Amino acid sequence: MDTMSPLERVLRGIAITLVILFFMFPIFWIFLMSFQTNETILRVPPSIVFEPTIANYQALLTGRLETAAGTLEIRFMRNLFNSLFLSTASVALALVLGIPAAYAFARLKFRGSEEIAFTLLSFRFAPPLLVLLPLVIYFQQIGLANTYIGLIWVYQLICLPLILWIVRGYFEDIPADIEHAYRIAGHRWFTTFRKVALPLAGPGIAAAGLLAFIFAWNNFIFALVLASADKQPVTVGALAFVTASGIQFGQIAAAIVLSIAPVFALALYAQRYLVEGLSLGAVKG
Amino acid sequence: MTIKLTDVVKSFKNEVVLDGVSLSVEAGETLVLFGPSGAGKTVLLRLIAGVIDPDEGRIEVNGRDMEGVEPEDRGMGMAFQNFALFPHMTAFDNIASPLTARRQNRTTLKAGVESVAKLLKIDHVLGHMPKALSNGQKQRTALARALAAKPNVLLLDDPLRNVDAKLRFEMRLELPRLLKQQNATVIYVTQDYKEAMAFGDRIAVMDGHGIRQVGTPEHIYLRPASTKIASLFGDPAINLLEVRPERGEHGVQVRLSGRAIPLDRRHAASIGHDCLLGVRPETIRFVPEGTPGAVPVEVEAETPLNEKTVTLVWTRQRREIMVSRPSGSIGPAHGRAWIVIDPGHAMLFDKESGARIDPSSDAAALQGEVA
Repeated sequence: MDTMSPLERVLRGIAITLVILFFMFPIFWIFLMSFQTNETILRVPPSIVFEPTIANYQALLTGRLETAAGTLEIRFMRNLFNSLFLSTASVALALVLGIPAAYAFARLKFRGSEEIAFTLLSFRFAPPLLVLLPLVIYFQQIGLANTYIGLIWVYQLICLPLILWIVRGYFEDIPADIEHAYRIAGHRWFTTFRKVALPLAGPGIAAAGLLAFIFAWNNFIFALVLASADKQPVTVGALAFVTASGIQFGQIAAAIVLSIAPVFALALYAQRYLVEGLSLGAVKG
Repeated sequence: MTIKLTDVVKSFKNEVVLDGVSLSVEAGETLVLFGPSGAGKTVLLRLIAGVIDPDEGRIEVNGRDMEGVEPEDRGMGMAFQNFALFPHMTAFDNIASPLTARRQNRTTLKAGVESVAKLLKIDHVLGHMPKALSNGQKQRTALARALAAKPNVLLLDDPLRNVDAKLRFEMRLELPRLLKQQNATVIYVTQDYKEAMAFGDRIAVMDGHGIRQVGTPEHIYLRPASTKIASLFGDPAINLLEVRPERGEHGVQVRLSGRAIPLDRRHAASIGHDCLLGVRPETIRFVPEGTPGAVPVEVEAETPLNEKTVTLVWTRQRREIMVSRPSGSIGPAHGRAWIVIDPGHAMLFDKESGARIDPSSDAAALQGEVA
């Protein structure tokens, strides 16, 4: 870094600023919007000078939306809880199922293992709409439509392949000799898995879990079709702000701020693992 | 504990790595598996450790068939070439891992780790994580881990490969004594012939997916089974000269630049066959002009090699011969010179097969009768 000339440093600064502006401006603008009324949001030309109001947040937290047409019940906090619950439960289940599977795919080369692993990955290739219609019909028949269990199950389509493939790479990167050494020292394979493989793949598992959580959180289409109002996550719930009397931009912005906040906080907290995890897996060392 | 391998076969994806290997190791013996890389030494060690299974053949330890016996139940200690330390555990926990598996209480465990650490002079770094250890300390930690539970069988996979020259030298002095103290049956893998000769009670030479010769270090050095094995031991490598034995005044002889070199008279069977004469560089001497039987040569180059000086000479037929002599002894640096080959240390190999022609064996005697 010290070898950079002043010109280089300036250009670099400009480039970084541009990138940050490009990516962060929408979030910044949404953040500002969430403290404004519909009138100040929609004025022309837009301005960042306004009188802040917390009415939007108030409406979301109390669940009462005052519109020109009267008071409207919204269940945003319920949606937020649903998102949190669905994503957490889905990732937890995917980790419980995916980590042992990833270990098996990494360490035991059994007949058809590659094919099975690839089939699981291919769930990610198919457009969700392709599987949605049959799923709706089946779920209605077996009573899983509009249940948390049914949604968590479907969310495995998002989480499981992701965790399986990322974590598998981590297990493969652990030199087999390290595990051999632990076994020769006299430990059962399961102890070896618990005491050696799991801790060493830890950053990878954290990264995969985090990514899966974000993907599950951002999911829209499965929840839109398979869940009714009381099971809907925020992504679907945000539709409620498009009311008969107009679009509630202020509330939408506040809802967005509230719904990205948990993921944002999680990503900030875990970014060390995320970067370490995602890059460690790629570079053999 | 004795170890016995019978007709062990192992392939990976159609590629044969071990093709019918049989070997027996006596209790308390140090056997060195020696061979070039890719000979299957490491695979053989892993088969014995039980981390991979043979396709065919039997592995017995103390007479017990090891098929289906998990590595954790074999009670062996192993040190890996790449150390294979557990990166998330301290040196102490690394060394303790065989002891925790045996459910020792905290005090005996601590005492066990500390005694082996002291033995290997790493007691001051027990609290460090592997990445904070130097290469030499890593290697000692890996050895300590292998020794910690006092196993009856020790498998050492080229443990000195990845350490620097100084440390390797130290460990070469230290390790044989250490291994003797353990009273264990040791299988030691190496690519270094000096290590093999220094450590091994016996050496098994591996090459081309199998064991080619087993014997004491002296036996293998003095009576190698083939030109290949003869070239693997010794630095500079043995001189191999194309010759055709003939009948001479005193029995069998070969000619080098017109000078007759007498051979063991039992080599009569090889008369008229194309052979290779194997002469170790240290059994050739420079002599003054006029010495009987001296071969005239031209000195091409001289290289000091620590304790010895190696001279490359050419005979009249432009054959290259390496001559080795103790450094400081008198020898020609250039120009014309005369050498004498000690016939007592010369070996005869079949040119086509590379196999050594052993004049004392019955096979040669029989061939002699047929001829």
